[in-house]
Amino acid sequence: MKQKSWLLFTLLLIGALLTTMCAPAPAPAAEPAAPAEEAAPAEEAAAEEAAPAEEAAPAGDVVELRMAWYTDGNEDIVMRDLLDRFEAENPDIKVVLDTVAYQSILENLPIQLAAGEGPDMARVTDLGGLARYYLDLRPYLSDAAYWEENFGPFLSWLRVPGNTDAIHGFMTQLTVTGPFINRTLFEQAGVPVPSDTSDQVTWEEWAEATRQVAEATGTPFAMAMDRSGHRFAGAAISMGAQIFDEEGYPAIAGDEAFRHAAEMLLQWHEDGTMIPDVWISSGGSYAAANEQFINAQVVMYVSGSWQIGQFNEKIGDAFDWSAVPNPCGPGGCTGVPGGAALVAIADTEHPEEVARVMEYLSSEEILAEFSARTLFIPGHLGLAETGVDFDTDVPSAKAALDVFAAQVPQLSPIAYQFQGYTYNRAIMNATTDRLGQALVGELTLDETMTRIQEDIDAAIAEATQ
Amino acid sequence: MEQIDTPRPTAPAAGIGELLGRAFYAAFGAVMNTLDLVMTPIQRAIGVRNMAYLFVLPNLLIFAVFVLAPMLLNFYYAMTGGTALFPQDRPFVGMANFGTLFDCGNFLDPNTCREDRFWRAVYNTAIFVIFQVGVMVLVSLITALVLNRKIKARGFFRSVYFYPVLLSPVVVALIWKWILQRDGVLNAAALAMGFERIPFMLNANWTTIWVIAISIWAQMGFYTLILLAGLQAIPREMYEASAIDGAGNWHSFRFVTLPLLMPTMFVVLVLSLIRAVQIFDHIFVLTAGGPGTATLYLVQYIYNTGFSNQVQRFGLASAASVVLGVTLLIFTLIQLRLSRSSDST
Repeated sequence: MKQKSWLLFTLLLIGALLTTMCAPAPAPAAEPAAPAEEAAPAEEAAAEEAAPAEEAAPAGDVVELRMAWYTDGNEDIVMRDLLDRFEAENPDIKVVLDTVAYQSILENLPIQLAAGEGPDMARVTDLGGLARYYLDLRPYLSDAAYWEENFGPFLSWLRVPGNTDAIHGFMTQLTVTGPFINRTLFEQAGVPVPSDTSDQVTWEEWAEATRQVAEATGTPFAMAMDRSGHRFAGAAISMGAQIFDEEGYPAIAGDEAFRHAAEMLLQWHEDGTMIPDVWISSGGSYAAANEQFINAQVVMYVSGSWQIGQFNEKIGDAFDWSAVPNPCGPGGCTGVPGGAALVAIADTEHPEEVARVMEYLSSEEILAEFSARTLFIPGHLGLAETGVDFDTDVPSAKAALDVFAAQVPQLSPIAYQFQGYTYNRAIMNATTDRLGQALVGELTLDETMTRIQEDIDAAIAEATQ
Repeated sequence: MEQIDTPRPTAPAAGIGELLGRAFYAAFGAVMNTLDLVMTPIQRAIGVRNMAYLFVLPNLLIFAVFVLAPMLLNFYYAMTGGTALFPQDRPFVGMANFGTLFDCGNFLDPNTCREDRFWRAVYNTAIFVIFQVGVMVLVSLITALVLNRKIKARGFFRSVYFYPVLLSPVVVALIWKWILQRDGVLNAAALAMGFERIPFMLNANWTTIWVIAISIWAQMGFYTLILLAGLQAIPREMYEASAIDGAGNWHSFRFVTLPLLMPTMFVVLVLSLIRAVQIFDHIFVLTAGGPGTATLYLVQYIYNTGFSNQVQRFGLASAASVVLGVTLLIFTLIQLRLSRSSDST
């Protein structure tokens, strides 16, 4: 009897497990919307007003697309506005803009994509790392030549290695890493801004000048740098770091210039030049120092062009701020290029509709408006030639955009190689994690260099298994 | 199974309450009678004793879906490599992930280990568990003893100590972050009183102390409540008898309260220990594991390895979670054993 009971129990358990395993997969995220009036009354009302001729379109024909988006400043508002206009012109498509934290784009989106449960479109910064999940839009585009002509140099950043013709999306902005200074503090301290009189100011000269300013004005810290392997790479390359060996494989352990840049970072934390809150008290892979700069806690802030919109909005006329050229070293005066791209996702059930949205958003007129209103440098060659009339009255913002635009020709080829490398985030993560440990004395500099290389090797080995 | 009949009214004049009652019983009777149509043949087929298994089936299904299946899947993931998400796409690597975790020159020095962060997380977790659980059980016991006495505003104090338990871990972490950061409330107060600024979140020792203290503050109310219930279950006669025998407060506590509270203490110890080993949410928001890896605990190590890096090492993360699971199982078995031997004496 006892044996029979156990048998029954086991059978029930197996039955339960089988039920679990055989359960149908959840419905895909992007499904045709239910009746349009139920899905989004406000947007639909706008659409109906703008295009009365389409009013009679059956509600079941409306396709709902989802776009995963993050925002540094006002991009979510601008994008929603543009999508509203698109929906008014195309009442058969509704685009839901899912604005999430940037961390979610880095950590959650890859899992969603791997599980086939991702959105139809996404704004990403890990351009090559997620390439295997992108949709090739070429068969759906009405004018692929327009994309090649205007986004040509950047299309390869979005492709899997070896692919030479897929079109996966377009850059919503180009970014360049570089520093900002609080010019008001320089004036109050009576210290001349080094870059006003010289085209090539070294890291050491900037450190010395900002220390003088901090001391004279009682500012807590001279410098801040985002806790980011991307930002650190700019400094390291300007110090002469090669990052890659001759075969294009990351080679950090023996890179003396990379080591020198790491030593410089440690030294500046030790002597109080650099604010410790960003690199030391923040664990994890990324932390920004924008709040500290906005609150005038630091004289100089090494970040990048994407901060302009936010500074324009939040600093206003509280103090004068400027973007200055990248500090120099034996490897040149370089930052690292980068940016964000809007890409189409291969698992979408509506590739044609996705292509229509992408074509609309990538059109020169719309992209010009997006760039003008968000204060982003456009990744569109036509617009780079004609220029964008940026929507700001703040002279600091306009001047900063000019400074960053002027940085582009000075970027090192290694910086471009770094940006285009598929596993560049493995290098970035290892850099921040291990330098964070070195800063609190858990690792020596030698151990740090070895551990960075080991982490990168392990990550690449796992990814290519 | 017996048919359930609808109860007959006992009084001719029915109020609205009685009408509702009758309606409820009518509906209840109908449902039970319908169930009976299904259950009776099943009972005949499998026997009365085995009907119990049928009744636990719904709960068993939930357990199988949300606990057992993921656990078995995790074991499989721990023996696979690569970055593919679906098990069928992942290459089998046997015990290689466990080999990576346990590849150490000297287990007491994480720097000699291949996966040094795993061992840092292990040691950090051990320190956290020892101090957090030890201090929290002690503080909870003292608080419960005080709240069990007839003091003024006893109800108010009980609520105050329980209140942090109701807060979301994220809220707790953010509040304390604002208090402890360089320009936080505590440093502002210290500066205003003429003291030096203290780098609470920049120094590994300070951060560890605060992380333990905050975690105790946030959770002790729950354990205090359990201990309070245990204290109130001790018969008053036991204290009266010990008083007649001449026992003072200390002896009464040592020989009456403590032995009779021991089963409750074991429950508290098991629960708090398991929860301490699983610590993640407070710390992730408060320090994200920093400074360096000073507050990197096992669950965050697993999360970082599996999800937060560009190359997501699911296999290694699963292997680490198997190690964590086995550790918890050993702790629980030891405590159950101790609990049983304590009961038998």
